[in-house]
Amino acid sequence: MKKLSARRRHPLAALVVLIFALAATGGLYAAFAPAGEAKADQSSSRSLAIEEGKRLYDVGCSSCHGTGGQGSSDGPSLVGVGSAAVDFQVGTGRMPAQQPGAQVPKKKKIYSQHETDQLAAYVASLGSGPVTPTKSQYDPSGADIANGGELFRTNCAQCHNFTGEGGALTHGKYAPNLEDVDPKHVYEAMQTGPQNMPAFPDKVMPEQDKRDIAAYMKAVNSKDSENPGGYKLGGLGPVIEGLFAWIFGLGVLILVAIWVAARTAKAKKS
Amino acid sequence: MSETGSHENVSEKHLPKEQENGHGAVAVADDPFADPGMPPHEPRIQDIDERAAKRSERVVAMLFTTSMLATLGFIASFVLIPVDKYIYVWPAGNIGALNFALGTTLGVALFCIGAGAVHWARTLMSDHELVDERHAVSAEPETRTKVMEDFAQGAKESGLGRRSLIRKTMFGALTLLPLSGVVLLRDLGPLPEDKLEHTLWSKGKLLINENTHEPLRPEDISVGSLTFAWPEGLEEDDEEFQKEVAKAALMLVRLEPEDIKDKRELDWSHEGIVAYSKICTHVGCPVSLYEQQTHHVLCPCHQSTFDLADGARVIFGPAGHALPQLKISVNNDGFLEALGDFEEPVGPAYWERRA
Amino acid sequence: MSTGTETTAPKRKAPAGERVADWADGRLGIYTLAKANMRKIFPDHWSFMLGEVALYSFIIIILTGVYLTLFFHPSMNEVEYHGSYVPMQGVRMSEAFASTLDISFDVRGGLLVRQIHHWAALIFLGAMFVHMMRVFFTGAFRKPREINWLFGFLLFVLGMFTGFTGYSLPDDLLSGTGVRFMEGAILSVPIVGTYLSMFLFGGEFPGHDFVARFFSVHVLLLPGIMLGLLVAHLILVFYHKHTQFAGPGRTNKNVVGMPLLPVYMAKAGGFFFLVFGVISVISATFTVNPIWALGPYRADQVSTNAQPDWYMGFSEGLIRIMPGWEIHLWGHTLVMGVFVPLMVFPLVLAAIAVYPFIESWVTGDKREHHIADRPRNAPTRTGFGVAWIAWYLVMLIGGGNDLVATHFDLSINSITWFVRIAFFVVPVIAFFVTRRVCLGLQRRDKEKVLHGRESGIIKRLPHGEFIEVHEQLSQEQLHTLTSHEQHKPYEAGPEVDENGVQRKVGRAQKLRARLSKGYYGEQAQIPKPTAEEYKELTSGHGHH
Repeated sequence: MKKLSARRRHPLAALVVLIFALAATGGLYAAFAPAGEAKADQSSSRSLAIEEGKRLYDVGCSSCHGTGGQGSSDGPSLVGVGSAAVDFQVGTGRMPAQQPGAQVPKKKKIYSQHETDQLAAYVASLGSGPVTPTKSQYDPSGADIANGGELFRTNCAQCHNFTGEGGALTHGKYAPNLEDVDPKHVYEAMQTGPQNMPAFPDKVMPEQDKRDIAAYMKAVNSKDSENPGGYKLGGLGPVIEGLFAWIFGLGVLILVAIWVAARTAKAKKS
Repeated sequence: MSETGSHENVSEKHLPKEQENGHGAVAVADDPFADPGMPPHEPRIQDIDERAAKRSERVVAMLFTTSMLATLGFIASFVLIPVDKYIYVWPAGNIGALNFALGTTLGVALFCIGAGAVHWARTLMSDHELVDERHAVSAEPETRTKVMEDFAQGAKESGLGRRSLIRKTMFGALTLLPLSGVVLLRDLGPLPEDKLEHTLWSKGKLLINENTHEPLRPEDISVGSLTFAWPEGLEEDDEEFQKEVAKAALMLVRLEPEDIKDKRELDWSHEGIVAYSKICTHVGCPVSLYEQQTHHVLCPCHQSTFDLADGARVIFGPAGHALPQLKISVNNDGFLEALGDFEEPVGPAYWERRA
Repeated sequence: MSTGTETTAPKRKAPAGERVADWADGRLGIYTLAKANMRKIFPDHWSFMLGEVALYSFIIIILTGVYLTLFFHPSMNEVEYHGSYVPMQGVRMSEAFASTLDISFDVRGGLLVRQIHHWAALIFLGAMFVHMMRVFFTGAFRKPREINWLFGFLLFVLGMFTGFTGYSLPDDLLSGTGVRFMEGAILSVPIVGTYLSMFLFGGEFPGHDFVARFFSVHVLLLPGIMLGLLVAHLILVFYHKHTQFAGPGRTNKNVVGMPLLPVYMAKAGGFFFLVFGVISVISATFTVNPIWALGPYRADQVSTNAQPDWYMGFSEGLIRIMPGWEIHLWGHTLVMGVFVPLMVFPLVLAAIAVYPFIESWVTGDKREHHIADRPRNAPTRTGFGVAWIAWYLVMLIGGGNDLVATHFDLSINSITWFVRIAFFVVPVIAFFVTRRVCLGLQRRDKEKVLHGRESGIIKRLPHGEFIEVHEQLSQEQLHTLTSHEQHKPYEAGPEVDENGVQRKVGRAQKLRARLSKGYYGEQAQIPKPTAEEYKELTSGHGHH
């Protein structure tokens, strides 16, 4: 197993404090930064972002991934992972990791999108890799849902279940539930292959296919997806259906049977 | 069970003639545990209070009426609600409106009939408990004797015991006859022959990407990625597509050559790209839960785990042997190609399979 | 029949209903039938209605199933879907799958009927299971009902296979994976495996035949046999008359309860509507087997959470926990990893099916039994039953190990190992714990008989001691609590009889004696209170 998830506990407390401080600084920065600067010369703003990103990186990430992103026993090298990987890992809250375990879970994100972009810019500067997609790349509107379903069943369902409800992998690892995951993150995950997930690079799964998959996910596994037959019981298949038939179905029928067979109240208590 | 009355049937001598602590069927006067007999009947409120009985009657009538209304509701829903309409119902989300309306109205219509009938039975029909006597299932000895005699007579008259030639040929004929039924089943399917030993793969066939339907090049496949491939020439609208893909489905990953522990695997790979059968050697599910960091592949059906960095040998679960590997190379145009069929049958093991 | 017909017929003529009944009697002899059955007595107890749940869900399944055959196409021809479900537009699928989509999205009410059919099937099997357990734990399988026990057991097993063939029909990705598993299991059969597989699928898997073949098995062959068995089962229930629990006035020679007409007819008839109503509402609000989300079967696709319906779950558990052994001999392969579970599968079921015969052999009891045992009064049997259920549950957990892993944050490998060990250990523990609990309950009953029920009233005696007043039980209660039978262990008899002649005591007899001791020895039952004990206690101290 890689060391991505391995992380000692002690440095953590200090780290969390630092991160909060940073988040506050970042927030202040974002609030007070002159609006015009965003429109400034692109290259200078990029180098500024890299610089800011490096500052964030040194505080929040370097203890595991090494000061230059070369990796250490606690975290893999980030050279060449690309900005998409950073945007996914940090944007879904997986990074910074909290504690060692089979897998780094999704959690509330710590960095703002702006800070995430800065970190991504810095990591991208270490070596070229998959680039954070633009909205036109991942936006699922208008994509072919049926084709997405077909692709999903070929490439994704084996781990994530028919409609992306998630599933178990070996030794406590798992494929997470994809309900309401941002299409951008779905796209980035396919591009970069986070943790144990294999990557599906554009060469073997073109951009349009990825959009189709995102569209299929939106259609079948989001807050607004339609469930023709009623409550879908988690969409986890026959195990849950069986459990439900036993506990609720038979349970209610037995209660009914008890009522049918019970003696009617007598006029006076014996 | 109560021994009251039961011990008269005791025939086996090892069974207790009399329970050591028991009492007979005829209650001994001073036996504190004797059967006091059926308790006296006690009336229900409905039996003595006509107003209560009326109330029950009204409840039953109301239930039956509700059922009628629900049936009308069912018909109305059927006519009025379009089949593709969805409504939001907490916590189920957007659910099919027609299914929901039809099911609930039908359910209420049925349930109310049932509830009405049961309420009627419970509160208004007589609740005097009645007693039925049981009778032994076994026949009286006289009956038994008669049956035995009749049978002996019939058997004698048939001469089945005496005329052994008839007996033997009859049994012979009856035993043989079902064979025609068995023979008739022969054309259910072809003989296995060597069908399970071959797939569509053969020398020079290109590896076609399942997603793009384009032939794959080595540079398409990066470390940590997962790609599925078919043999060139297989199309989804082929008559035998399912049968062929059930054997030929391929899983492609690229490993760092130095990570590959098995020498043959390395020989059969192309620059670290290894091609394995996607069909589990346990019972044939498409394994493909590839963990790119551990190089393990898990089967979602029964959790057989294969190590792709070590000849796809089984490291956990019920599969009995490694996934077959396909020998691959690159042709002159730079496309990945197979160097032949799998060298062993893919999928589950079977009796004729040589190890 | 003429009941309730209050037609105002002209004078001197019998009412129309009676005339119809007379007509029918002249041809069918219905009066003789009705005489024996119209006022037949059925005892009231909720647990006696579990079989009815099974019966009614079976009727519901037949009704809805007939409807579904009107729209379902049992064909594996490949078509491109162009119905109204958008996420499947243009996808290639078999006609079977496409017609199931049509039933779900284009036939009004079709989805409801499909869901009623499937939920009723899950409940049918569950109801048969609990019904079977009720019969087991109350000893209602004893003479004269052993054959009916076997009929019921066969219904359960056939129900499993009817279910399996049924959920395979839509040819969806989930059930197709199940069929593929079945192919793999058949291939593992030594010598004939490949032939059986070729014959079943009309060639190599999946071929073009299995949906049509499963269809006739599912709608004709198996339900036909089941219907026959069911009728036989019910006839025997009528013929034997129902068992009843011990109580005042209830003996082994009578049956106490309500008459079929009108009370039981209203209750049982009403219960049918109640069961149907509950299943309809469930089908209105809860999705079952959403084949549109599963997608059509394609042999190179798969999804996680690949499990069969619950009644096949224990076999799934068996196959998941089996180590992958393969024995290679003289150029042949014996696939132990698949074949052993395939053989254990019928053994698990047989273990419970043959129990009545084992018990009757061990106890040597050949009498008729019509009084249902309380489970505690048959501790060894209850222990076996609970051990079997525990065993079954362990296998079910094995069958759902991936969901246990994701829902309880466990490692799938650890769960598999746990189940491997639990398969052998848990039934044994369950047996001894259950028997202990039964003995504890027997002891409590004895206490209650001898010392009365705790009344909750605390009294202070003159010398300052506090005691709780115990209330004597009524004679009804005393009778009910002491009326069960207690056997003595069977003795194989001495090797030498009183005349000094050597007797031959067979090995089977010795085994029987040993087992009987296990059943009825001191460790397996608490002696019932005797009348003497009771009198001594009650007269000596007087009533508190």
